[in-house]
Amino acid sequence: MNPHLISAADLSRDDAVLILDTAEELASVEGRAIRKLPTLRGRTVVNLFYEDSTRTRTSFEAAAKRLSADVINFSAKGSSVAKGESLKDTALTLEAMGADAVVIRHPASGAPRRLTGWISGRVVNAGDGTHEHPTQALLDAFTMRQRLIGTGAGAGAGARAAAGAGAGADRRGRDLDGLRVTIVGDVLHSRVARSNVLLLSTLGAQVTLVAPPTLMPHAVGTWPCRAGYELDSELRKSDVVMMLRVQQERMTAAYFPTVREYRRRYGLDAGRMALLPEHAIVMHPGPMNRGVEIAADVADSARSTIVQQVANGVTVRMAVLYLMLGGMAEGAA
Amino acid sequence: MCAMRPEPVHEPGPNGPGKSGGPGKTSGPGDSALLGGSGGSGGSKLDSTGWKAVLTPEEIRRALSRIAHEILERTHGGEGIVLLGIPTRGVHLASRLAARIGEFEGTPAPVGSLDVTMHRDDLRLRPARALQRTQVPPDGVDGKTVVLVDDVLFSGRTIRAALDALNDLGRPRAVQLAVLVDRGHRELPIRADYVGKNLPTAHREKVRVLLTETDGEDLVLLGEGRA
Repeated sequence: MNPHLISAADLSRDDAVLILDTAEELASVEGRAIRKLPTLRGRTVVNLFYEDSTRTRTSFEAAAKRLSADVINFSAKGSSVAKGESLKDTALTLEAMGADAVVIRHPASGAPRRLTGWISGRVVNAGDGTHEHPTQALLDAFTMRQRLIGTGAGAGAGARAAAGAGAGADRRGRDLDGLRVTIVGDVLHSRVARSNVLLLSTLGAQVTLVAPPTLMPHAVGTWPCRAGYELDSELRKSDVVMMLRVQQERMTAAYFPTVREYRRRYGLDAGRMALLPEHAIVMHPGPMNRGVEIAADVADSARSTIVQQVANGVTVRMAVLYLMLGGMAEGAA
Repeated sequence: MCAMRPEPVHEPGPNGPGKSGGPGKTSGPGDSALLGGSGGSGGSKLDSTGWKAVLTPEEIRRALSRIAHEILERTHGGEGIVLLGIPTRGVHLASRLAARIGEFEGTPAPVGSLDVTMHRDDLRLRPARALQRTQVPPDGVDGKTVVLVDDVLFSGRTIRAALDALNDLGRPRAVQLAVLVDRGHRELPIRADYVGKNLPTAHREKVRVLLTETDGEDLVLLGEGRA
């Protein structure tokens, strides 16, 4: 496995399945009396967040702490960054403090990649601009596998297995072969969509992007997925529909006339959800704009995995941190 | 990124990776031809690859039966016991012991598995390893007599890790240890309560346990380390 996790494209199929299987095992820690493992004792993980985030930062923090690592939270607000310190100088400071891993979120695409050249620790991309968010894609894939693989509810030929008590065992080692995933909304600004397309296609799923023409990236033809502008026809043949947040803060121009029109064409309400096959699930990376891309009753329905995704975020990030930091540093014997 | 915990070729100390090629992977020593008829004397026949059979399938069977009887004796008929195997081969041995206890007493003993990877003291000496399953019987371990089951007892470090892992799962009334082979060379104050065979070895020698479930046949082999 690559020493850093910058892009979902860094992961081979086997790497990704190993992360999912490791997370599957770590999920059992949640149910124990003592929800902590000693594995990363004495290691330091720095959360370097240049952009607001609750879910991802707390998720990484919880993951690192469950593995007994020391966690330093560093947010741009209230730090020397506010005084004009550059990313490089901040990186050198962290290096001097002995950070074994840096989890970075940055508004500029490519910042995590730059960081790898300045520090000796591992770098985990927790979202860079409109580029990528690989751990979100991993937790989404984990949630899909948990809900649809090895439960008998799967779709494609390879996605069916006997249901049973040992469903966790059935899932082990398996990818998302044949699963049909539709990702809907602001694809243009979405690092979640990009990472998901790359990871899910590596895992054998068929991904379809649906967005208004103004919110579809020009280069989408080079991505390993299909793309379309019509939602209803895609819903009927989807095992998973993932709604993306309309990212008002990144919209510098008018991408659609009104919120009402967007909602009517691309929002998921109860009527649209009825078009989905019975086993299909509804996902959202959060935070949600209730009433815009997703209706409140859909978000709260039994088919929605939104809360499950958050819980899975911790175990998947534990798996990533363990696999990156738990062993001997490569070439450092 | 490699898989599996280091195979029973338990070598002590910082020996780094590269100890792959565990048992059951190569053909040579596994060829049961070298044993002739089973039930023999646990002979000292040596095959061309330098591995010597020290326990035959029949002897393994008898050893497990004896251990099952000893467990029942020591725990007053298996009162409140839970067998926890340490992956990979310890899990299969634990299931066999549980079945054997079932034959003798009518009710099989609760059995599970306990992965110790996250508690090992040599994590930093090797690349990160894939985790194996931890599965505790539904009644848990609180107040129970837990019998840890492993294939080979060597340095004792795996068992130390297992005790730590067990500590996070609950508070057993007592913890005991059953192993198929005790090869000596302990590095920690740990001893087994039930031993299939005490096997005097040189430190550099290797012990390989083959089981039908993982390797297609039952056999314990002793060989020289790589020259």
